[in-house]
Amino acid sequence: MTAFRSPAGGRIDRSKPIRFTFDGRQMHGHAGDTLASALLANGVHLVGRSFKYHRPRGIVSAGAEEPNALVTIDRGGGRETPNLRATQVELHEGLVARSQNRFPGLRFDIGGINNAFSRFLGAGFYYKTFMGPRALGGTKLWARLFEPAIRRAAGLGRAPAGPDPDCYANRFAHCEVLVIGGGEAGLAEALRRSEDPACRVILCDEQAEFGGWMLVEAPERADEMVEALSARPNVTLLPRSQAFGAYAQNFVAIAQQLADPLALSDPELPRERLWQVRAGEVVLASGAIERPLVFPDNDRPGILLAGAAETYLRRYGVLPGRKIAILTACDTAYGAAFALQDAGAEIVAIAETRTAQGASEIAARAVARGIPVLPGMTIVGTTGHLRVSGVQLGRIRPDGAAEPSGGFTADTVLMSGGWTPSIHLFSQTKGKLRWEEGLGAYLPATPAPGQTIRVIGAAAGEMPPEMRSPAIGALPAPGSPDKVKAFVDFQNDVTARDLRLATREGFRAIEHVKRYTTTGMATDQGKTSNLNALGIIAAETGRSVPEIGLTTFRAPYTPVTFGLFAGQARGDLFDPVRRTPMHDWAERNGAVFEDVGAWKRAHYFLPRRPVDAAASGHAAMHEAVQAECRKVREAVGLFDASTLGKIEVVGPDAAEFLERAYVNPVRSLAVGRCRYALLLNEAGFIIDDGIIARLAEDRFHVTTTTSGAARVFGMFEDYLQTEWPDLKVWQTSVTEHWAVMAVQGPRARDIIADLVEGIDLSNAAFPHMAVREGRIAGMPCRLFRVSFTGELGYEINVPAGLALPLWERLAERAAEFGGGPYGTEAMHVLRAEKGHIIVGQDTDGTMTPDDMGLGWAIGKKKPDFIGKRGLMRPDLVAPGRKQLVGLVAEDRSRVLEEGAQIVPDSLAPAGTHALGHVTSAYFSAALGHGIALAVVEDGRNRVGQVLHIPMERETIAVRVVEPVFLDPEGTRLHG
Amino acid sequence: MLLIRCPWCGMDRPEIEFRHAGAAHITRPGPPDRVSDEEWAAFLYLRDNPKGRVAERWRHVHGCGRFFNAVRDTVTDVFVVTYRAGEPRPPESAPPETLPPETRP
Ligand SMILES: [Zn+2]
Repeated sequence: MTAFRSPAGGRIDRSKPIRFTFDGRQMHGHAGDTLASALLANGVHLVGRSFKYHRPRGIVSAGAEEPNALVTIDRGGGRETPNLRATQVELHEGLVARSQNRFPGLRFDIGGINNAFSRFLGAGFYYKTFMGPRALGGTKLWARLFEPAIRRAAGLGRAPAGPDPDCYANRFAHCEVLVIGGGEAGLAEALRRSEDPACRVILCDEQAEFGGWMLVEAPERADEMVEALSARPNVTLLPRSQAFGAYAQNFVAIAQQLADPLALSDPELPRERLWQVRAGEVVLASGAIERPLVFPDNDRPGILLAGAAETYLRRYGVLPGRKIAILTACDTAYGAAFALQDAGAEIVAIAETRTAQGASEIAARAVARGIPVLPGMTIVGTTGHLRVSGVQLGRIRPDGAAEPSGGFTADTVLMSGGWTPSIHLFSQTKGKLRWEEGLGAYLPATPAPGQTIRVIGAAAGEMPPEMRSPAIGALPAPGSPDKVKAFVDFQNDVTARDLRLATREGFRAIEHVKRYTTTGMATDQGKTSNLNALGIIAAETGRSVPEIGLTTFRAPYTPVTFGLFAGQARGDLFDPVRRTPMHDWAERNGAVFEDVGAWKRAHYFLPRRPVDAAASGHAAMHEAVQAECRKVREAVGLFDASTLGKIEVVGPDAAEFLERAYVNPVRSLAVGRCRYALLLNEAGFIIDDGIIARLAEDRFHVTTTTSGAARVFGMFEDYLQTEWPDLKVWQTSVTEHWAVMAVQGPRARDIIADLVEGIDLSNAAFPHMAVREGRIAGMPCRLFRVSFTGELGYEINVPAGLALPLWERLAERAAEFGGGPYGTEAMHVLRAEKGHIIVGQDTDGTMTPDDMGLGWAIGKKKPDFIGKRGLMRPDLVAPGRKQLVGLVAEDRSRVLEEGAQIVPDSLAPAGTHALGHVTSAYFSAALGHGIALAVVEDGRNRVGQVLHIPMERETIAVRVVEPVFLDPEGTRLHG
Repeated sequence: MLLIRCPWCGMDRPEIEFRHAGAAHITRPGPPDRVSDEEWAAFLYLRDNPKGRVAERWRHVHGCGRFFNAVRDTVTDVFVVTYRAGEPRPPESAPPETLPPETRP
């Protein structure tokens, strides 16, 4: 039996001893213990160092509100979780726990030197000191040397460095009633509501056992209630489940710790589950949290909440100490005193902050038990370093000051400032609160619109008289109150002095005080500190608490792991990947892929994998792209264009719709013909381009850019549904239906000719910009005579599921003719040689058709189309707009940098207005020099001029040329 | 996660099935040669941003795919009413300040 374990009583299983380590020290506990109760049973109060000052800290509470006892739990294999509250960690065999924020050790911690410099680390120290005092070398030196050191010293646990090896689950659930909190009120509500078998009830509680305070006072009754609930099929019980966020329309997020931590060594089982619950009604039965008292040096290990001490004794069979002093503003502390005395502890005194309390019935009972009750008394100081060793008392004078009045030795100090209803979740839903003076607390008043939320039990302020206390704020201390450290927010190391200082420095709004002092921030969210902070600010500024207001409570109520939010969305499942039917072939043939939206596209092919790493870099890519380009220009290239967006537009008004959508005339397009088409937004700017092919009077095959496919489809749907609902048109996305193989080059016809059935491929019968339906290699196809390379070209559309064998056949035949596959990079080079734009690369959302030299595409006689009125705006027809041009560097071997800015003079000073910028730049294999496309103000009138591109180390002279570099007459197209 | 009632499906569905599509009841002026620059600029760029009830377009993009209109309160995020595209804004969804005091929500 460990030193501080009571011989009997409590909910622990004394027949099941459990070994665990804390900071490497082997200890014992029992099944049913939390880490905190097991540590206390071993006489360990010191569990951490504080955030800023590195002061020794002990366990303060017995629940989720614990501000001090934050530990790292190491389950091995990278399974390391920092900042867990020891009061919520269930003990299990072999548990490895470590304290945080200390170096080299908990008992001796170098960071403790911060305590000596604490006057520099007070309110607003981040803002004051991180600006960098001049004396320390100004901002730069400060930022490099001092700030990182201070930040390292001030902090919580370390985040694990490796990927999280655990897995996490997610579940959506619906119920008529969600009860949050499994204490007496919550259990009773769940029982009452689940009497109706049609009423689905979910009851969640953050602890492993339901019952709340009943587990201390009446555990048998809690067991009965849980047993009754378990028997009902319409009830779902979620233990170890923290409702951490409450959102609009009764939507609640719950983090469930799954099962026995021992089972967690199985990596296939989820460690936690996120429940996203939509309830008909949310019932909040989250209880109340005991308030600490704010007195000098109230943070030494061994000083804890009276209710927590009673919980440790009666629920876990642990005596927190043997010689106990109590300071209270609330009657519940007497219950703790009596229980501890009965268990053999000595209660040296109960100091009562309430002057009139000496005569009360409960004080009389204490006196009858031989416990001295000292009314009108406070604690003005404590002694001890790693553990409290004594208290100095002070008599509270009528003027509110305190004068020293003796003291006691004690190894434990209990405090109780009353109970604060836990309304965080109600507040998160934007429910209105009201101030209850008699409780010194805010209570739920009116739910926000659209919320069906009811608050019951202690959370609603329904408390017995002994729990009610209006005491908030700081207790009086003798001498200068600025000389003492009376902690308000233990987790963020905020003292009463910090709050007073902030108000004196002019921070009056509570939201400002919170940010300046950091009180109530971070993981703690002010569970124990909020009201004491409000009390201090109210006293300091002479205002009432409601006048000061209340800070926003933010989710999560307690910290939640990132893994819980990520769930299954990680690794391969993080984002879907789209692959074309030819993907595996490309991979086998050395394709290096690039991401285009969700698609994987073959960027270029490295048929022979480079041996050394140096060859695999830029040079290898350059060589591969040049070779691919030459094959297309000299023989034949094969390109996987399956990712192009494809929309089938059908219906009696299909032509009319496309006529209104695109700038081009479409109604006049003959069946069997294609047209290059431009799509604008209503402002008049190019947003997409593609090919419109007319398959029949009432049927069109429309292509879009790869990345624009979904956007264009959505835009068409918008116009069809809301702007022109009278048009009889149906559109279907067929992007995934058709695989597309572009066959481009002088031998293109040769490799497909004897595979094609039912289509006359002669120039006369099937000219450039024609489309036919027929068969190829026995499968149905839509064959387009189109070219993005400037060569004789076809785009073969076949059903995606049939595509691969055809592609393999074409690749073999291309190789026979000295050709082969080419990737997106070669495609970019080839199209740039022809001056064809890529929407989104050569355009940026402010370009008109005329800017791109594509004014010819606009149907001049059309009364309207999307963007027509936009194109008439004064700025869009004004002279001097940026226009697409070609650029060639005077040093022709150079390849310019895409995005480089263009200026008129070689010696332009910084800040010179840029005429435009380079949009595309490549080395052209066909021409043997670098080429670029650019947008330049009044560019078409500048052809022949020399302009300049200032780079970091030099200025490059470039000549403006026409944007079509190769075969401007287009003779190659007609093969 | 908000619940939004699709007036086509007649069901409350989670907001991730929907996509916001801008202000509702904006008429595209035309024909182009009879629209002033000011009128067109207003159509393109000028939108109200009131605190309170706004009429906006939504699309049940991962459901039936249809567009509809919704009156939403920008303070509370409450959807006051949803109705099909093309239908007028229901009178009961008017901004509260335009209603007689005794009927304000
Ligand atoms: Zn719908």
